[in-house]
Amino acid sequence: MDWTRILTNVAGEAFAPATAAYAMAAIGLNIHFGMTGLLNFGQAGFVLLGAYSYAITAMAGWPVFASVLAALASAAVFGILLGIPTLKLRGDYLSIVTIAAAEIVRIVSRSTSLTDLTGGNSGLSGGDGYKRTFESLCPFPDGTTALGPFSYSNCAGSSWWLRLCAWAVVAIACLLVWRWMRSPWGRVLKGIREDEDAVRALGKNVYGYKMQALVLGGMGGAVAGIFYTLPTSVQADAMGRTMTFNIWTVLLLGGAATVFGPVLGSVLLWTVFMLVKTVLRDLQLEFLSSTQSEAFSWMLVGLTLMLLVIFRPQGILGDKKELSIDVR
Amino acid sequence: MSADTPPTPAVPDRSPTPREVVARALADVPRTPGAPKPDPIIVADGVRRTFGGINAVDVEHLEVQRGAITALIGPNGAGKTTLFNLLTGFDRADAGTWTFEGRSVQGKPAARMAGLGMVRTFQLTKALSRMRVIDNMRLGATGQRGENLFAALLPWLWRAQEDAISARADELLTRFKLDGKADDFAGSLSGGQRKLLEMARALMTHPTMVMLDEPMAGVNPALTQSLLGHIQGLRDDGMTVLFVEHDMHMVRHISDWVVVMAEGRVVAEGPPETIMQDQAVVDAYLGAHHDTDLGDDALLEEDVVEQYEAEAEAEEATK
Repeated sequence: MDWTRILTNVAGEAFAPATAAYAMAAIGLNIHFGMTGLLNFGQAGFVLLGAYSYAITAMAGWPVFASVLAALASAAVFGILLGIPTLKLRGDYLSIVTIAAAEIVRIVSRSTSLTDLTGGNSGLSGGDGYKRTFESLCPFPDGTTALGPFSYSNCAGSSWWLRLCAWAVVAIACLLVWRWMRSPWGRVLKGIREDEDAVRALGKNVYGYKMQALVLGGMGGAVAGIFYTLPTSVQADAMGRTMTFNIWTVLLLGGAATVFGPVLGSVLLWTVFMLVKTVLRDLQLEFLSSTQSEAFSWMLVGLTLMLLVIFRPQGILGDKKELSIDVR
Repeated sequence: MSADTPPTPAVPDRSPTPREVVARALADVPRTPGAPKPDPIIVADGVRRTFGGINAVDVEHLEVQRGAITALIGPNGAGKTTLFNLLTGFDRADAGTWTFEGRSVQGKPAARMAGLGMVRTFQLTKALSRMRVIDNMRLGATGQRGENLFAALLPWLWRAQEDAISARADELLTRFKLDGKADDFAGSLSGGQRKLLEMARALMTHPTMVMLDEPMAGVNPALTQSLLGHIQGLRDDGMTVLFVEHDMHMVRHISDWVVVMAEGRVVAEGPPETIMQDQAVVDAYLGAHHDTDLGDDALLEEDVVEQYEAEAEAEEATK
């Protein structure tokens, strides 16, 4: 076995764009669940809307910032539509509606009748030109750069430029969450997480605050969608229920209601996943083909989620006293 | 007048206590359900709430005197808490109108009621257990600039206000003897301390009226006295208190006026000293024939049985 190659792969995964995207989506989910107690099981729907909104507007020639705004706006509209009927009801209704709504968004966006817009079943690839506006902003010269064992292209596809932008955005998001958590606004959300009737009795517009949290966290998901699809392609089926549960695993692993939990969770989940996958493949076990070893790694992800919820609900960074999964 | 009549006692050279002021104001109020008060803060008319055909609340007229401690009592299922939820905006009435401080407020959501100065506590205490005591308190303050999504990111906009809020919170915690617990999670407090915290947190909203739903439920007897003192303190500070309670001793001890509910209706009103002698109250609590000796042979006679049956039918008909 080539351990150098394996460890390089694993370390590269730690700062891959997809890892940043998962961290970003989990930061959004953390605003929903960790800060406000909203059980959103449709975060992938926000990711998908962000990805498609960005890609479609970018192909239409919009500048990057306008496309990002389009992604944020579509997440806001989706969040408001989801929130209007459900936020006045008990928490579990939100989870049922979000999981269904995310599926609706996915199935609609892959339907053949929308092929002209979304690419239908096959989605949008780099050849369709949705990456061009972002890559043309790249300040580096063309070509590839090797930094230690890591060698990526400067501007194209899964590039240094994309990594730089994605992690800068994750850092800004962490900063914002840190500020919000320590503000009176975050205190109201925390109160709502504990008991919304008590907060209502103190004269706060609980519905409005929950709506703000839902929209804000959804915007996090939408930004994640941009970084998730820029290195590869926009594929509706890559942003389905599996992704939602991966985002939940990331959040619970790192620790809900913490600032850096989502980042740590994402880095940890994807490096360990990569490690297990490549080691299993390199072992060339007779009873485990390479596709099976990938599926086996996914089983481990599911097992991790279960063990976490049972034995360490507060995650790695969380404070056990402060948060455990508690559905009213 | 004979010469040896003792002289009328001299007017005491002190101003009357708030309790005496309230007692004087309520002295001439008739002891009938729905009696008008000299200075009502709440006036309710025809308030009805039905649950599946049963009138949980059906109050024709009710006035609550400003600045007084009014107790709302009644047997289980009398509709006290439901009326409470309606008045505070936590439930919607099927019919009826009511005003708070002269302003029509039926159908207003709970958050607005708190903004207008009516704050409530809950029968099952809602201390926010995974927040620190001091944060529970700070949450209570109204009109916080930092509670805006965008302003929250700019601490210099709300830092000064936050300091003022913290100072007020500390002051209230000291008054309620919770100052030593400020940095503990609210979940670590005892049941009685949580009641105190909930009351202190409610005061952070600067209310004009405090609604307490069973403030004594689950409170350790050692804390009862101090809790009673705090409730009287609210009145002495000029607030109006309406509370639901089962403990008759407490009702007698602190309330200025008692409203008795049974089967959704207000059946009696009066000062606490005399209310328990009211026939309607005795009937509501103990049943109309509670003092009938079941061993009495008179019960076996036809006309007595007929009389009771007629009473029962008449009662059915009024429902």
